[in-house]
Amino acid sequence: MANADSIGWMGVPLAVVAGAIRGSPPFLFVSLGECLTEKSGRINLGLEGTLLMGAMSAYAVSYKTGSPWLGLLVAGGAGLVLGLIHAWLAQRPRLNDVAVGIAMMIFGSGLAFFLGKPFIQPMAPALPVWELGNWSGSPQVRSALKLSPLLPGGIVLAFVMYWMFLSTRWGMFVRAVGDKPDAARAMGISVVKTRTLSIMSGGFLAGLGGAYLSLVYPGSWTELVSSGQGLMAVALVIFARWDPRHCLYASLLFGGAQAVGPALQAAGIQSYYYLFNAAPYILTLAIMILTCTPKRTLAGAPGALTTGD
Amino acid sequence: MPFESETATGAAPAQVLAGDSASLSASRGWGPRIEAVVLPVGALLAAMFVFGLFCTAAGANGWEVFLSIKRAAFGDWYSFQNTLVRAAPIMLCALCTAIPLRLGLVVIGNEGALVMGGLAAVLVGTHWTNAPHWVGLSAMALAGMIGGGLWIGAVGAMKIYRGVNEVIASLLMNYIAIAVLNHLVNGPMRDPASLNKPSSYPIPEDNMLGSLGDSNVHYGLVYGIVACLVVWFVMERTTFGFQMRLIGGNLRAARIAGLAVEKVTLCVCALAGACAGLAGMVEVAAVQGRANDSLAAGYGYAGILVAFVARQNGLGVLLVSILLGGILASGGILQRTHKLPDATVLVFQGIVFLAILYSDSLYGRFKIFRERTHGQR
Repeated sequence: MANADSIGWMGVPLAVVAGAIRGSPPFLFVSLGECLTEKSGRINLGLEGTLLMGAMSAYAVSYKTGSPWLGLLVAGGAGLVLGLIHAWLAQRPRLNDVAVGIAMMIFGSGLAFFLGKPFIQPMAPALPVWELGNWSGSPQVRSALKLSPLLPGGIVLAFVMYWMFLSTRWGMFVRAVGDKPDAARAMGISVVKTRTLSIMSGGFLAGLGGAYLSLVYPGSWTELVSSGQGLMAVALVIFARWDPRHCLYASLLFGGAQAVGPALQAAGIQSYYYLFNAAPYILTLAIMILTCTPKRTLAGAPGALTTGD
Repeated sequence: MPFESETATGAAPAQVLAGDSASLSASRGWGPRIEAVVLPVGALLAAMFVFGLFCTAAGANGWEVFLSIKRAAFGDWYSFQNTLVRAAPIMLCALCTAIPLRLGLVVIGNEGALVMGGLAAVLVGTHWTNAPHWVGLSAMALAGMIGGGLWIGAVGAMKIYRGVNEVIASLLMNYIAIAVLNHLVNGPMRDPASLNKPSSYPIPEDNMLGSLGDSNVHYGLVYGIVACLVVWFVMERTTFGFQMRLIGGNLRAARIAGLAVEKVTLCVCALAGACAGLAGMVEVAAVQGRANDSLAAGYGYAGILVAFVARQNGLGVLLVSILLGGILASGGILQRTHKLPDATVLVFQGIVFLAILYSDSLYGRFKIFRERTHGQR
């Protein structure tokens, strides 16, 4: 079906699929991180900063050492550190985690821009991708099927996280702490420790998402490398009802939706480009308006998330 | 009477909570008042120390950097004007978060409301060109307030009628507003003469907001200060403000006491949005002169922090905004004289706010500020 000549209109669905494959991993990793964070009863709005910090540190390390995998690891480490700061502050008495998150977002992105200034020009070695599209003659298909190993990794992680929440000791701890901190405390689980570890792991995952941005796709470090995926993750997790499997589907959907605007522009439809870019946001808001009810909190919402215990 | 007793027991925690979050000074002598000054100032000094170390590590002289920031922000009348110009939209945006926070609603849609207010003001300002100066300006300010008010009012309506979480709803509305802005300035409202940076048609000179006397500070600062004072007065001294504090403190008690919680919430959200919308009007009518993507310059996000740091107090918002305006104003000079990247101010801003937020959790921890023991907390 898809050779270079007849690509015209077919380019739109193809680009959406390509967007889902190539654009979704950052959404996936950040939303899994946010999911873990929120399951433990705190919200982290600062993951946008973590994402940028991850993107910058991954790129810088990859450039300095020549090893993108080391960069990936360092990005996760940067996420851990920012997560630790957030975890510590967000659990202080009387501190609102939303406010701390926004301060962390400003701090993290500021730090990333500050330290990343010298790395905007040079080219760093990127993470390897699997070229699954070589059977096709069409360059669009080939570029759409460049699969990073991080995507299958993230998919596996989503199901592993689901299983962990459902039937492992650690998952139960996190859920207990997020739902009924008092009950968890009575059981002898340390709320502070569980939350701290959850938020730090969430930061680690967001750092990996950032590394994907700078080392795979779009594949370079600039101050505009993130298009708000870190903030979107918060909405995405609610959209996914705090279920890691649904985070995966939602990430694919958001990645695809992100590609609609540019694809339509390529197909010659210019006029609503910017409104199509807002498609994921409008979609999330519409779904929330349709599915929420004022009578009770959302099904699946961790109890302590709204009460601030 | 069963209802009365329930109201009384329900209202008591509300007062404790309101006193806790905002007006510690209510009736406990001077200790807490001194504490409310010492803690944030101490946090600011600690943040400056950390930032100084950071600059030193980055190869600049930390002390010199501070002197530069001080000079650039508050050094002379000219630079202070620059600070005030930046503070004006921040304080209006901060009110957009501070007012609903009293109800317990965390609204972070300031950026979106600012953009919509700016767009509405530009629509009026570019089309209604033959009105007298002050009529045109009032119409633009009104349009901005309506634009922003409807935007955040919608967030409030979603919260009340559909139970949609206001943090997420307002965050999403930011992105939608920016998309609408981009759509309009690239399409229907685009001035064909703006090639590199798509913009709307410019607002005619007659509809622009003038400066105060012979300074560079525009009237937007007056709007901001008046809005802060009015909000302070309404929240602390009127029945409406008391209703807000009651709802924020104990929703159930407020309902039992017969307050129209829905109506108050909607009014508060619309009022909050109107403040941010006014900030948008000020930005287009006094600074930009037209609508383009410079409208979404991050004043909204800065405003969220200011609201929390100022502990939702109108007068606090005024002071913190000027401080932040000063930090923002010093970006250029750090780049020029210390070879530090322009993101340095972002780092400074982040450290300052993290430190001040942290200091919030220290209230009541130091015995010196307490004249008697502090009860259960």
